[in-house]
Amino acid sequence: MKNILKIAAVGLLGIFMQACNNGDSSKRSGGAMASNVAERVYVAPGEHDEFYGFFSGGFSGQMSVYGLPSGRLLKVIPVFSQDAEKGYGYNEGTKAMLNTSYGFVPWGDLHHVDISQTNGELDGRWVFTHENNTPRVARIDLNTFETGEILEIPNSAGNHSFAITENTEYLIAGTRFAIPSPQKDISIDEMKGNFKGPLTFVKVDQETGGMEIDFQVIMPGFNFDLAHPGRGKSHGWMFATTYNSEEASTLLEVNASQNDKDFIVALNWQKIAEYVANGGGTKMEAEYAHNKFDHDTHTATTEMKKGIMTVDPKDVPGAVFFMPIPKSPHGCDVDPTGEYIVGSGKLAAELTVFSFDKIIEAIASKDYDGEVYDIPILNYDNILAGIVKEPGLGPLHTEFDGKGNAYTTFFISSEVVKWSLSDFQVIDRKPTYYSVGHLMIPGGNSQKPFGKYLVAMNKITKDRYLPTGPEMNHSAQLYDISGDKMELLLDFPTIGEPHYAAGIPADLVKNNSKKIYRLDENKHKYAVKNESETRVERDGKDVHVYMTMVRSHFAPDNIEGIKVGDKVYFHVTNLEQDFDVPHGFAMIGANTAELLVMPGATKTMLWEPKKEGVWPLYCTDFCSALHQEMQGYVRVSPENSSIELSWSLDGE
Amino acid sequence: MKKSGILMIIGSALLLGLFIYPLWNIELGAPQYPDPLAMNIYIDGIEGAEEFDIQNIDGVNKYIGMKKIPKPEEMWEFKVFPLVIGGMAALGILLGILGFFGKISPHWFLGWFLLMMVLGLLGMYDFNNWLLDYGTDLDPNAIIKLKDADGNPLNYKPPLLGTQQILNFTAHSYPRAGAILMFIGMFLTLVAWWVGKKEVRGRKVT
Repeated sequence: MKNILKIAAVGLLGIFMQACNNGDSSKRSGGAMASNVAERVYVAPGEHDEFYGFFSGGFSGQMSVYGLPSGRLLKVIPVFSQDAEKGYGYNEGTKAMLNTSYGFVPWGDLHHVDISQTNGELDGRWVFTHENNTPRVARIDLNTFETGEILEIPNSAGNHSFAITENTEYLIAGTRFAIPSPQKDISIDEMKGNFKGPLTFVKVDQETGGMEIDFQVIMPGFNFDLAHPGRGKSHGWMFATTYNSEEASTLLEVNASQNDKDFIVALNWQKIAEYVANGGGTKMEAEYAHNKFDHDTHTATTEMKKGIMTVDPKDVPGAVFFMPIPKSPHGCDVDPTGEYIVGSGKLAAELTVFSFDKIIEAIASKDYDGEVYDIPILNYDNILAGIVKEPGLGPLHTEFDGKGNAYTTFFISSEVVKWSLSDFQVIDRKPTYYSVGHLMIPGGNSQKPFGKYLVAMNKITKDRYLPTGPEMNHSAQLYDISGDKMELLLDFPTIGEPHYAAGIPADLVKNNSKKIYRLDENKHKYAVKNESETRVERDGKDVHVYMTMVRSHFAPDNIEGIKVGDKVYFHVTNLEQDFDVPHGFAMIGANTAELLVMPGATKTMLWEPKKEGVWPLYCTDFCSALHQEMQGYVRVSPENSSIELSWSLDGE
Repeated sequence: MKKSGILMIIGSALLLGLFIYPLWNIELGAPQYPDPLAMNIYIDGIEGAEEFDIQNIDGVNKYIGMKKIPKPEEMWEFKVFPLVIGGMAALGILLGILGFFGKISPHWFLGWFLLMMVLGLLGMYDFNNWLLDYGTDLDPNAIIKLKDADGNPLNYKPPLLGTQQILNFTAHSYPRAGAILMFIGMFLTLVAWWVGKKEVRGRKVT
């Protein structure tokens, strides 16, 4: 009954607010309601945000999760870099996630993020992302908000262009830094014609989200920059910008900016996938790491794989085309209907919009304007849908609101510009602070955008916040785009350099979020499910401690018989089955990060005691009223000591 | 006496709801437990409202030295209660059938009701005793030992019925579907007696 009254009251309030809004809509930007900006981003204490925003952490290597519209940081998910806070990449269970064919790499440059889709709409199953420096792609599971898998992309460098097809069939990973393919020792001067820009197609298992490299299309040695999938009518195609069609290897800022036009590649991946499925392609030598985190064993494993299938675009006629685009394009975005492909030449003073229908027509009638490396170039004038004239300086990225409008960021003129897809006229422009890179509208890169908010991710912060020395966090800005004019609502700092973000209504994700790991499903090799099973075992120099934690003690918490030179593995299981009761574990002198163990999980720390003595261990995460008392001791004896292993809790 | 017989049968059959639904529920809410911990008390055992609630209630109670929530085999009540309830339901249904065919006087219904009242009150008394023991028989080595204004150890007994603050927890103790069906059923048996009396009187007049 109380609830019914509450709902009725909220309903009435809603009608009242609506009435106010209606009365004020004509002068929204300057009227009384303009002063309620704070209210529109205010999410009351204890209330939840309407959207999740998954933000690329750029050179932090991690992904951050924000609530929108509040701009509150909810979590940082470690992906490509070690994270001392969570022990990710430090402890024995997660180290393998950062293995590559170059060995263990503790850092990565996380770039674009994208949420999985079904029928071109966000489905909230997984977030995928990729790494630029050591080419890799990764999957984040949205039931645990943890990195579940990292797959290295061999025969590539500068993995920058990234796209997910509209049923999450494929992840597409491009090559930004053209390289010899396969790698070999040749003079850099020989780049032209000898370097390649492979585009990798990673197949996604629809049940598990598991990733496998299906094939690699060995494109000419241009720099592939940004990619987007076709959708709706253009499903089955993908589009990616290239710069440096000059194939310069030095002083690219000048030498890669000479050609009047570079290219967007239009590639029919369905056709190539079919070609490969029918036995097409050439096997090439390659070595790459495939790392998986198993949520049942709480352990990551690395499998080193060999060999990939490659496809020469010449061998699949009618699958790959170039579309000319003015000067060093960056963004390449596809509207929700799949008809328009927006190219942003970052040195151009206009935006080019191509028509998918016209592209198909031009291909059918072989309306070519020459070819490059045997790949036909489509006739620019005949595939054009329109040009947005004088929109701003330095266009980068475009997203869509699903109401026939496009929003493009302009890095040089520091603004976001709204324009119409029906007449290509500019509707509105708002400044950003400063030098905006990417922008994000929840679902703005899908068939079904949720066109309520727009987030601009700025590269330069300067005076937007209290100064924090020479280094300032990057800054994002939230705009309300529900009206005709955009309204700036909020600034909030972001971590690293967000190259992109993906937003999704919270309702599509939050109910799948786990509260605990089930202890009875814990298959960790060294897990113990209750205190009576805890023990310490020696195997030569290796000592395995089967330890549990529960509020507020370790079992065992006193251990003797450890010797200098031992390798002590603490396998610590959190016995709690209660939401948000993690325990931490730290050992003095351990040359690694703490363990942070979620309820029902097991994590392993390696400690190599170097000095005799009695050394404490303790819980690092304030777990309970007696958290301070959650501690214990390990006695370390000389290497030749004859003291037998013993362990206890409360003398037992 | 058809009508009263049917009422008696339905009324006593409603006791069988106790084999499906919980009798009682004790919910413990605290600031750090926005989703309260709760236990459902059935006639044959205690279960958490959510899968791990019992484990978590035990974990919290450990601090003040309370015993663990008993498992079915640890309390005779969980063996006896199902027999008593099953027996009383069977007896009531039998009386109802006999009444339906006019073999017995409706006063038997009242007799059943009174017996059920006595048993019910005994059950409540026993339940209250258990709560009292649970809330006062504390581990002398408890981590937190609190005293009331008179210097006596604090009593953590949850209320038999109602809401009460126990340290940081607010305890709500209320009947659940099983008990409510039982109350309705018992009321129906009383109605059966009333209606039966009228039916008997009516028959005498004609």
